[in-house]
Amino acid sequence: MDEKILMAHGNGGELMGTLISDLIVDIFGKDSVQLDDSAIVEPGEGNLVFTTDTYTITPIFFEGGDIGQLAVNGTVNDIAVMGAEPKFLSCGLVLEEGFDISSLRKILLSMKNAVDYAGVRIVTGDTKVVEKGSVDKIFINTSGIGMMGKYSFRNEINPGNAVIVNGTIGDHGISIMAERNKLSFSKGLSSDSAPLNHMLLAVGEKFGSSVRFVRDATRGGVASVLNEVAGSRDFSIKLIEEKLPVRAEVNGVCEILGLDPLYAANEGKAVLITDSGKAEEIVKVMRTFPEGRDAVVIGEIDLDFPGRVYIETYVKGKRILPLLQEDQLPRIC
Amino acid sequence: MEKDQLIKYSELLKNYSLKRPLNIMEVCGTHTVAFFHTGVKDIFPEGLNLIDGPGCPVCVTANGYLDRAIQIQKEHEVVLATFGDMIKVPASYTSLQKLKSEGVRIEIVYSPMDALEIAKKEKDIEIVFLSVGFETTIPTEAVTLKKAIEENVNNFSILTGNKLTPPAVDALLTLGEVKIDGFILPGHVSIITGSDNWQFLPKKHSKPSVISGFEPKDLIMGTLRLVQLIENGEIEIDNLYKEVVTEEGNRLALGFIEELFDVTDANWRGIGVIPGSGLKLKDKFSLYDAEKKFPVTMPEEVENKSCRCGEILRGLITPPECPLFGTVCTPREPVGACMVSFEGSCSAYYKYRK
Repeated sequence: MDEKILMAHGNGGELMGTLISDLIVDIFGKDSVQLDDSAIVEPGEGNLVFTTDTYTITPIFFEGGDIGQLAVNGTVNDIAVMGAEPKFLSCGLVLEEGFDISSLRKILLSMKNAVDYAGVRIVTGDTKVVEKGSVDKIFINTSGIGMMGKYSFRNEINPGNAVIVNGTIGDHGISIMAERNKLSFSKGLSSDSAPLNHMLLAVGEKFGSSVRFVRDATRGGVASVLNEVAGSRDFSIKLIEEKLPVRAEVNGVCEILGLDPLYAANEGKAVLITDSGKAEEIVKVMRTFPEGRDAVVIGEIDLDFPGRVYIETYVKGKRILPLLQEDQLPRIC
Repeated sequence: MEKDQLIKYSELLKNYSLKRPLNIMEVCGTHTVAFFHTGVKDIFPEGLNLIDGPGCPVCVTANGYLDRAIQIQKEHEVVLATFGDMIKVPASYTSLQKLKSEGVRIEIVYSPMDALEIAKKEKDIEIVFLSVGFETTIPTEAVTLKKAIEENVNNFSILTGNKLTPPAVDALLTLGEVKIDGFILPGHVSIITGSDNWQFLPKKHSKPSVISGFEPKDLIMGTLRLVQLIENGEIEIDNLYKEVVTEEGNRLALGFIEELFDVTDANWRGIGVIPGSGLKLKDKFSLYDAEKKFPVTMPEEVENKSCRCGEILRGLITPPECPLFGTVCTPREPVGACMVSFEGSCSAYYKYRK
């Protein structure tokens, strides 16, 4: 039978010691994880950015990724979209009593792959075990520290600026929804979970403050993120329907269930608002990275509907993309 | 259709000069949303008025239906299984969502088959599937029910609130409250019913109509063609969705419906009882009919007096003309069903308002 997580794996005793040394530290690397109460790190010159996020996804293993990879990429991306270089992560695990240790190993290995790919290190962590039913298998918190460089992705946004996305939208949210509900017509869907720091670093170093703003389009998708940007501002954000990159499989599920990919979560997509004159060059640089392969300009900042986000449809009609009222529910017909 | 052609036809619609103002009705809720979503409504020429029809199944379900479902749950402790967009609809006293938040088990399913699967897995509970829909979803329900009967799954039943669309359109015209010059008929419903089922529109009411699909090109071509029929006085049905809609419809699907259901009168929210517009399970399938299987004492049906869903469903007013619209009644706190359903007129006006 598979080895399971026991309450004793979190009680500070021998079993917990074994779990940490034989599994967690072994995977993340002795040179990386510091076993003291806190880790001491040398960040380098400049301002620090500091962020935290907690990951609670069901299912924990899904097409295109798992909760571990997500926990690394999500926090790396939160740092990268500020225009900073992510450096160090923490890893807080909350494990449900009875959780398979083999699954934990798989998740930790996936985290290790993700930190290696992103070029960051996990330097500290914590493990708790809670009674069966208190959490759903495993929750992971990652906090991250990054360094600001010579530029920032928080600059003034002006009418005329271009809106860029680094690839197809809605992949993660629609894929998870399909998987969660065991939709039989969902073949070919996959999460887009990916770290964006290498691509964004290259864009930042080359184009600096021509990049006015960047945000990862996670919960609520591209439309929600852009609504946060436009809300109570004196400009509007226009998206052009025919420019939006949406995979056919995602569109298919959305059409059947009455969902909108613009509101579906992404885990490897960011929207960039940039000077329009530099937009095509920026796209070109983004496309040299795997996570930016399908980068494209999808819209622009204008003054037509101040404070709102809207879409110009294929037939050149205009439609507001409002803030989401509720979770998207599948419809009857 | 090529992109250039689409743009050409959009321009044609946008710049069309009507001989006189026209009211056209789209019967189907999916069309209601599609007209907004694609932006085609945004390029309607001056004087062309699109009136939303009674084609959103959740919206036209009268309070009494949900009241009964809730009462069945309360008195018989069944598990209700429903499509997602029913759960927020306010019934007379509560909603399924409120019940769910109070800890009552309510299953949201994507297909009646999913509900049947739950019943097969959990033999010790009674699953009641809320069967609300039009001709598009009824065949799936019939097939599910056939399977339940064949496999002798006796802890599964359905509460039928299924409705037929042509009698409702007929009733609206007979009521004569609103002047409609022509109809855009539902593409999906017509796949099942066939185009002949709508012949009463030209023959009885002298109304030209088109059957249209849902893509931008379908909506534009359908609208242009309907305007042309009206202006030329051509009283006929033009089927522009021939690739999937035939004259006689889907005989197989209709056969399933006929095998299990009898036509009956049905109560439509806002319109009232329309003869021959509903379906009930045949008597020999009573064991699967939740209404018969779980008798209840029905509470008095209460409608919110200031909610004007009824007039909206009859095409008399547009959602923004309702005093509750966007203030008291929002998708978050809906007063009427038309604000709940994705396909509801109020929900569409709210979502796409500028």
